[in-house]
Amino acid sequence: MSTGAENQAKPLISVRDASLHYKVGGALSALRGRSNVVKAVDGVSFEIARGESVGLLGESGCGKTSMGRLLLKLETATGGEVMFDGADVGKLSGEQLKSYRARTQLIFQNPFDAVNPRFSIRAILSEPLENAGIAKSERETKIIAALELVRLPQPEQYLDRYPHQLSGGQLQRVVMARALILQPEFVVADEPVSMLDVSVRAGVLNVFRDVRDRLGLTAIYISHDLALVRYVCERTIVMYLGKVMEDGPTEDIVHEPLHPYTKALVAAVPVPHPDQSHDPLPIGKGAPDPRNPPSGCVFRDRCPAAFARCATEVPTLRQVGSRTVACHLF
Amino acid sequence: MTDALLSVRDLKVSYKVGRISIDAVDGASFEVPKSTIVGLVGESGCGKTTVARALTRVMADNATISGGQMLFEGRDLVTLSQRDMNALRWRDIAFIPQSAMNSLDPVYTVEYQLNEVLRRRGGLDRKQARMRCEELFELVGIEAGRLRDFPHQFSGGMRQRVAIALALALNPKLVIADEPVTALDVIVQRQILDQLRELQQQLGISVILVTHDISVVAYICDRTVVMYAGRVAEQGQMDATLTRPSHPYTMGLRNAFPDLQGAASGELTPINGAPPNLASPPAGCRFAPRCPFVIAQCTSVVPPDVEVEPGHIAACHRAGEAVALRNQAALTETWMTEA
Repeated sequence: MSTGAENQAKPLISVRDASLHYKVGGALSALRGRSNVVKAVDGVSFEIARGESVGLLGESGCGKTSMGRLLLKLETATGGEVMFDGADVGKLSGEQLKSYRARTQLIFQNPFDAVNPRFSIRAILSEPLENAGIAKSERETKIIAALELVRLPQPEQYLDRYPHQLSGGQLQRVVMARALILQPEFVVADEPVSMLDVSVRAGVLNVFRDVRDRLGLTAIYISHDLALVRYVCERTIVMYLGKVMEDGPTEDIVHEPLHPYTKALVAAVPVPHPDQSHDPLPIGKGAPDPRNPPSGCVFRDRCPAAFARCATEVPTLRQVGSRTVACHLF
Repeated sequence: MTDALLSVRDLKVSYKVGRISIDAVDGASFEVPKSTIVGLVGESGCGKTTVARALTRVMADNATISGGQMLFEGRDLVTLSQRDMNALRWRDIAFIPQSAMNSLDPVYTVEYQLNEVLRRRGGLDRKQARMRCEELFELVGIEAGRLRDFPHQFSGGMRQRVAIALALALNPKLVIADEPVTALDVIVQRQILDQLRELQQQLGISVILVTHDISVVAYICDRTVVMYAGRVAEQGQMDATLTRPSHPYTMGLRNAFPDLQGAASGELTPINGAPPNLASPPAGCRFAPRCPFVIAQCTSVVPPDVEVEPGHIAACHRAGEAVALRNQAALTETWMTEA
């Protein structure tokens, strides 16, 4: 198991102090004294080595999806930089951007929203090939190969079907095949199984793991569920209100979370058997307000361990054993 | 059992789709004892929501209860007149919908919506209603000062609390909650479940919790009813059904579920295939096409309800071999059959 820092090779992705601030509201809310900037991502730094799988973990609004969008240049950072294979992603344009698009892919949350319902499976999978300028004669074999890769048995039978004729699990595999058909190096999967039933979820996750290993993909897996992240990622980055709270090997985080927020998050994950703790969670009630985050540490108003320094000084990521933690306790 | 608050017997609900009729619930029987939380678990399309809706008799236009009984304190809800049913709803049986976002009216304050229930249905006067509103908000842990807020001013978790307050407004005996925490983040989910449990114990009510998530059942329920393709596959005390599952479907569901306390990075085991199309369900056991333990009679004879231990029932021809099957089911290879 290795974190990005330990890896000898140059990281594939390097994020330095990246920020993504959205302007919301208008003059009216400004007059009322409300801040009209939401810091979806705020000063995030990490590196991802080639072939590494990293989970981005956090609750809704923590900035994990925004971070994913930054990595894919679906949004441009308002501060800092996102480097992919030595190039600043924010500055890519023209041909360079086009080749970047082919090297990176996104797997969506809801497969039924991710495909055109009026396209057959063949058309869905042909589109990226067409865009990449691959000859018509070669497309069919590539499509079949991609469907085999995601373990859809007898792929030919699916080609002329339409999305509504497939089950959620089958369609999510098609969506995965579409993302992989141009053989990208880097894939962002945004809660790819949250819309699927439990009994098929496991199958899709296994396919994801298997494909990633076979193609040597670098992957980001965005989720709020640590139990799922654990099955696909050796490393996890925990985010809260746009900032990284903890970053390290997933197993260490599962067994001994360090940051108070991670502790609450781990304790909250439900387990499917009766003998489990029913103790109250070590976290204050209420939801974070992204428009008016607390001063100092953004987690301090819900943190059971907060003390004076937390209100005045923003904690920076510090190395603690195998991981980095942003907390004044360390 | 005589202490059952609700006893559902051989319930059948069918949907008319075009010229065909689909039995979404086909002979479901289970009981809800007093002061317990019963988890109704299953995947999409297994009929769990249809059962929940049938119990309130608020159903889709094309749905009808085509058979069976739903005995609530001895009265059969199936044959009750529309008027009597109306009198029962909210006062005796309340419903918490899945998405509180969609169940609250965005143009009225939550107080207005609570008042509507309290005054129109509960017959309280203005002053009593005001007091009850504050009481209810205190009960679910929201400051009374927020009563005048509109639904959009609440976070998802708070909105779900408002929905719980609404359901509890008239002191019902039975609350039916349809996936009450599914759309919520893990931390909020846990807090809402804790709240629900606390209220259930404090008020001594019964809850039917409809969910696809066995970990929610494991956390909060006293009893489990596992549904598959319109039928009850297994039911019993929660501990028994989850630690000693006796229907292959329940065993499979357990395997497919990631467990944070379990061993690291083991394979998750899916159940191959998909639930059957209920327009033409398979003969015999409906799980047979996906079951790794299928034997000849499974595909022709509907499995009987077998009591594997007192109060723990599995509808499986091989329920008697449950111990051996459970060991086999724990192995990933067992489930690798082509479906």
